[in-house]
Amino acid sequence: MLLRIRSPKDFGAGLLYGGFGLTAILMAWDFGMGSASRMGPGYFPTALGALLLLIGIASLVRSFFRDGKPIGAVAWKGAALVTAGTVLFGLLLRPAGLVPALVALILVGASASARFRLEWRASLLMLALIAFCALVFVKGLGLPLSLLGPWVTR
Amino acid sequence: MELLEHLALGFSTAASWANISYCLLGVLLGTAIGVLPGLGPVATIAMLLPVTFGLPPVTALIMLAGIFYGAQYGGSTTAILVNLPGESSSVVTALDGYQMARKGRAGVALATAAIASFFAGTVCTFLIALAAPPLSEIALSFGPADYFSLMVLGLVASIVLASGSLLHAIGMIVLGLLLGLIGTDVNSGTARFSFDRPELLDGVSFVVVAMGVFGLGEIIANLEDESPRSLALTKVTGLMPSREDFKRMIAPILRGTTLGSFLGILPGGGAMLSSFAAYSLEKKVSRHSAEFGQGAIEGVAGPESANNAGAQASFIPMLTLGIPSNPVMALMIGALIMHGIQPGPGVMVEQPALFWGLVVSMWIGNLFLLVLNLPLIGIWVKMISVPYHLLFPAILVFCAIGVFSLSNAQFDIYLMALFGILGYVFRKLGCEPAPMMLGFILGPMMEEYLRRALLMKKGSAMVFFTRPISATLLAISAIALVIVLLPALRTKREEAFQK
Repeated sequence: MLLRIRSPKDFGAGLLYGGFGLTAILMAWDFGMGSASRMGPGYFPTALGALLLLIGIASLVRSFFRDGKPIGAVAWKGAALVTAGTVLFGLLLRPAGLVPALVALILVGASASARFRLEWRASLLMLALIAFCALVFVKGLGLPLSLLGPWVTR
Repeated sequence: MELLEHLALGFSTAASWANISYCLLGVLLGTAIGVLPGLGPVATIAMLLPVTFGLPPVTALIMLAGIFYGAQYGGSTTAILVNLPGESSSVVTALDGYQMARKGRAGVALATAAIASFFAGTVCTFLIALAAPPLSEIALSFGPADYFSLMVLGLVASIVLASGSLLHAIGMIVLGLLLGLIGTDVNSGTARFSFDRPELLDGVSFVVVAMGVFGLGEIIANLEDESPRSLALTKVTGLMPSREDFKRMIAPILRGTTLGSFLGILPGGGAMLSSFAAYSLEKKVSRHSAEFGQGAIEGVAGPESANNAGAQASFIPMLTLGIPSNPVMALMIGALIMHGIQPGPGVMVEQPALFWGLVVSMWIGNLFLLVLNLPLIGIWVKMISVPYHLLFPAILVFCAIGVFSLSNAQFDIYLMALFGILGYVFRKLGCEPAPMMLGFILGPMMEEYLRRALLMKKGSAMVFFTRPISATLLAISAIALVIVLLPALRTKREEAFQK
């Protein structure tokens, strides 16, 4: 009999749970199990990992027998640009300073939207946002950040 | 009267200028994010947590709580005016509220929602004041085994009440429990799941997870469908409900408040479930049931009182037991810990001013919302028309800079990005992230109580069944699980969530 995935969502979730569960068990192997009366650092994680693995298997099995909704369109571009903008912000924050990092985050992040155009309203908003962050977080809350980092000032 | 003394202490704390201003700021912010679709209280409170570091703990909690219940008001405003529920808890309000607005009764619908919420808020303030002392008293006699069983009950309740598939609810909780264990084991000093990164030795901050999953993940999900929202805005006229309206809203408000207070206490319950339950209840018992869906005032009054009651009642287990019943309460517990206060039954005894000040501030905040919201409706309506592509970069900026300010580490930013992707994947696979957050907060606590309970009884698990409190809690959990797994009830439950 040929099995067919009838619920892609259950299948994906099953893989996710199973993956996390298996990783947890394998990693917890080295922690030291101890005994029930003296639980070692590996005891609870191994128990949870095994439970999660079972749930993952149950979800996988179910995906072959029960119909489910399709996963639907994935916002690849949105996910990639939002993540890229955030990571870029982290990378630029120290060397380039807060202002360039914010510009990068806002421009890269905003371009995740198909409706984003760098017209006057968006630019004005960006400037206001940067000014607000500089005032509140650096001047007000005293975050140890320079507005312009060594890359720019040197 | 002890109760009056407590409330007097609360008033003297909450009524200081600083606390009143932060309460006002909180409820206004809350209303604003309640109005804005795509930005919820969880992400907002997570973003603002670092900002509240400098404030005294009471003030910080008062403001964060204001954001939470303020969001319930804001969500219903947009639900009524433009049929766009800003929060999931106001989805049902849109059913009849929007129909009322289309019939030219927008003002009455808004006033009904405000009155219903205010009444529920007032009742819940007293409920917390009455229920908290005895509950804390009981909780102080809890041993490790009892605490463990209580957490099991909490998690089971959030499984039973979760809106999606049971299997996924359990899976997400276990995943959350596991993620909560990342970091150094307090007993042995072993680094667990740290991938040799020194940044992970202290564990993952729940703020990072909350901002990633509810902030970034939500943004990505919203970018899937960018079709412009059509806003058929109705003009607001005639705020004052008629005598007939008042007559018809009294019973639903009372029923909604009762239902909401009860469901709010249960983990996983809270505002959304309360409002859904109240709507179906009103539809069943009302003499005007034919009008439902066409602008029945009961359909606004019931759910609106229920969601506010549910939101506020969820503070009870958080304040008395130190156990969160929803992600917002998990964040509040985190806020307490960050301010050096150990959440649990001790809070009321050791920090009476904080406890009662927070309780009373909720009533003051509700008063603000009642008085201020109706005149400010013009502003809220303008906020709905802010296009999402201009809004989300700002959310992104506050998430990124907020998460950095937690411990001035870029690592947290990357971790948040990772959880953002994970949060989006969860959404695509139909896995609800809320139970994961509960598990995440409870994971380390559960392990510790389990370890202590077993250590005392030399590894015998019987201790969970021989202690009366623990045995009762476990029995309730077992019954609840069996009931939802019974096939007959299962279909009923699924039907209930279909509505």
